[in-house]
Amino acid sequence: MTFEKTRGYRAFQVVNAVILTGVVVVTLYPFLNILARSFSEERYIVGGQVNLIPRGFNITTYKLVVSDSMFWTNYGNTIVYTVVATAIAMLLTTCYAYVLSKKHLKGRTFLIWVAVFTMIFSGGLIPNYVLVNGLGLTNSIWAIVLPNAISVFNLLVMKAFFEGLPQELEEAAAIDGLNTYGVLWRVVLPLSKAVIATMVLFYAVSFWNSWFTAFLYLNKTDMFPVTIYLRNLIAGATGAESAGASLSEASAAAANIQSVTIMLTVLPILAVYPFVQRYFVSGVMLGAVKG
Amino acid sequence: MSTTSLDNPPRDVGAAAPAPGRRRRAKPGTWRHAIRRDWQLYSLAILPLLFFAIFRYLPMLGNVIAFRKFEPGGSIFGESWVGLRYVKMFLNDPSFWTVFTNTLVLGALTLLFCFPLPIVLALLLNEVRNRRVKRFLQSVSYLPHFLSMVIVAGIVMQMLAIDGPVNQIVKVFGGEPTAFLQKPEWFRTIFVSSEVWQTVGWGTILYLAALTTIDEQLYEAARMDGAGRWRQIWHVTLPGIRPTAITLLILNIGTFMAVGFEKVLLLYNPLTYPTADVISTYLYRMGVESSNLSYAAAIGLFEALVGVVLILSANLISRRTVGTSLW
Repeated sequence: MTFEKTRGYRAFQVVNAVILTGVVVVTLYPFLNILARSFSEERYIVGGQVNLIPRGFNITTYKLVVSDSMFWTNYGNTIVYTVVATAIAMLLTTCYAYVLSKKHLKGRTFLIWVAVFTMIFSGGLIPNYVLVNGLGLTNSIWAIVLPNAISVFNLLVMKAFFEGLPQELEEAAAIDGLNTYGVLWRVVLPLSKAVIATMVLFYAVSFWNSWFTAFLYLNKTDMFPVTIYLRNLIAGATGAESAGASLSEASAAAANIQSVTIMLTVLPILAVYPFVQRYFVSGVMLGAVKG
Repeated sequence: MSTTSLDNPPRDVGAAAPAPGRRRRAKPGTWRHAIRRDWQLYSLAILPLLFFAIFRYLPMLGNVIAFRKFEPGGSIFGESWVGLRYVKMFLNDPSFWTVFTNTLVLGALTLLFCFPLPIVLALLLNEVRNRRVKRFLQSVSYLPHFLSMVIVAGIVMQMLAIDGPVNQIVKVFGGEPTAFLQKPEWFRTIFVSSEVWQTVGWGTILYLAALTTIDEQLYEAARMDGAGRWRQIWHVTLPGIRPTAITLLILNIGTFMAVGFEKVLLLYNPLTYPTADVISTYLYRMGVESSNLSYAAAIGLFEALVGVVLILSANLISRRTVGTSLW
């Protein structure tokens, strides 16, 4: 390939490298800046002197946030909500995806449309709000875990995966006397570890990150997930409980506390990100294949 | 081994075979037959169907409260018919037209930047020959997609704070530090650029996948015909990713009206309402904060209608002109 050696192409490669480096810098800079701020002294932050390296290195603010019992209560809530919601979501999604993957099933097209239709049309914010209130779910974990229990996108990914499994294995298992539940539990699921792991990740990240349902339906501070704790911090509604004695001190510390809370909230995701990222990518590709 | 077990696939997983060894068998193809054979499968669908009925379809019906008066604590379908009263109300509401315009402007700007930029980035990434470098670049660019909107909002605020990095740059160039988030004239820029930051890398995934499926022979042929680098991109690469691009374009147009509801809600404040307030945030304030639920539902229904019209026309236009469509 001769053109790869031309001057124009080399120039392009250089320009490309510059642009892509720019993309990396722009993407990563905010993280590194907030990381640096979280370890810096307030006076340097307020002076606008913190870039990538912490100035006046200290972990006082970390201690401050970590000693706020509400932070831990809310952090614990996030974990509970994420685990329960993911479990329910996986149960419902797996069952439905398995049913939809059976091509011989009468009424299958209808069942698929029941799900896909909700991708295009939704009831909208207000009717959902009225419904959840009407069902009396407000201020309970159910308001968080039930209304978003099935993501149709995830459902279609799983259905596509199940359709790709060898039918003969299931038939053999059925001949050996397993009923449908047995086939699903003892044959299909063990073969589907990859897709199950992917779906658990998809759901867990989305529930970990969600804030709006909690914002709408919860109004007891000790029930908030950590995202709401952070949101209130950002909105200036509350400071970390022990955020300094005097008011001026508190506002000076605000930026610092925000940085620390952002770091602590994002930490689990940053920790697993390098390991799980490729599953997400393959999941998205699978989901892009129309169901 | 008996012939029945060979000729007839097992009841639960078999195709259209009749149930073996039953005295009164239903005719194949009827519902009775299907239910008798597959009742266990159907039973697995019960809970998910309940979910869809309650949390997806009931709210769709619940939209009738846009035409009925809703009383707090009353039926979720409202108490008495009031016809188009709420529709007339918002059509005569000057703030409605402000938020309507804001929605269109933010939606259009988002589409203008967030749709083409992933294509450009995918093309650039595709030119990276070193696989390790390429994988690193991709990992970095996907990262913002995994963050909670609250964290994104927090990062935006920290970046734009008076003592934040953006104002440091402003100072270097001799400008005065600005409280960007308090200025209506800056909101659109902030919104769109943070949206790009968050979505552009993730958006490249499908394009990169589409790029790998383009036949190498097409490039070969183009080169034989004397096509240079740019002409190859123009005549081979871009047509190759066109179906993906159009599908994503239609989907983007479908969500046009719902532009960044969560992000706007987190980033705006009364000072920036003139440019930041969109239909969805307005109806949130009207409905949830001020409890005018019927009024807000009417606005929501209008918003949804415009969205449906947009996606249907986008689909129709693209089917007529380029032959690709969602359905």
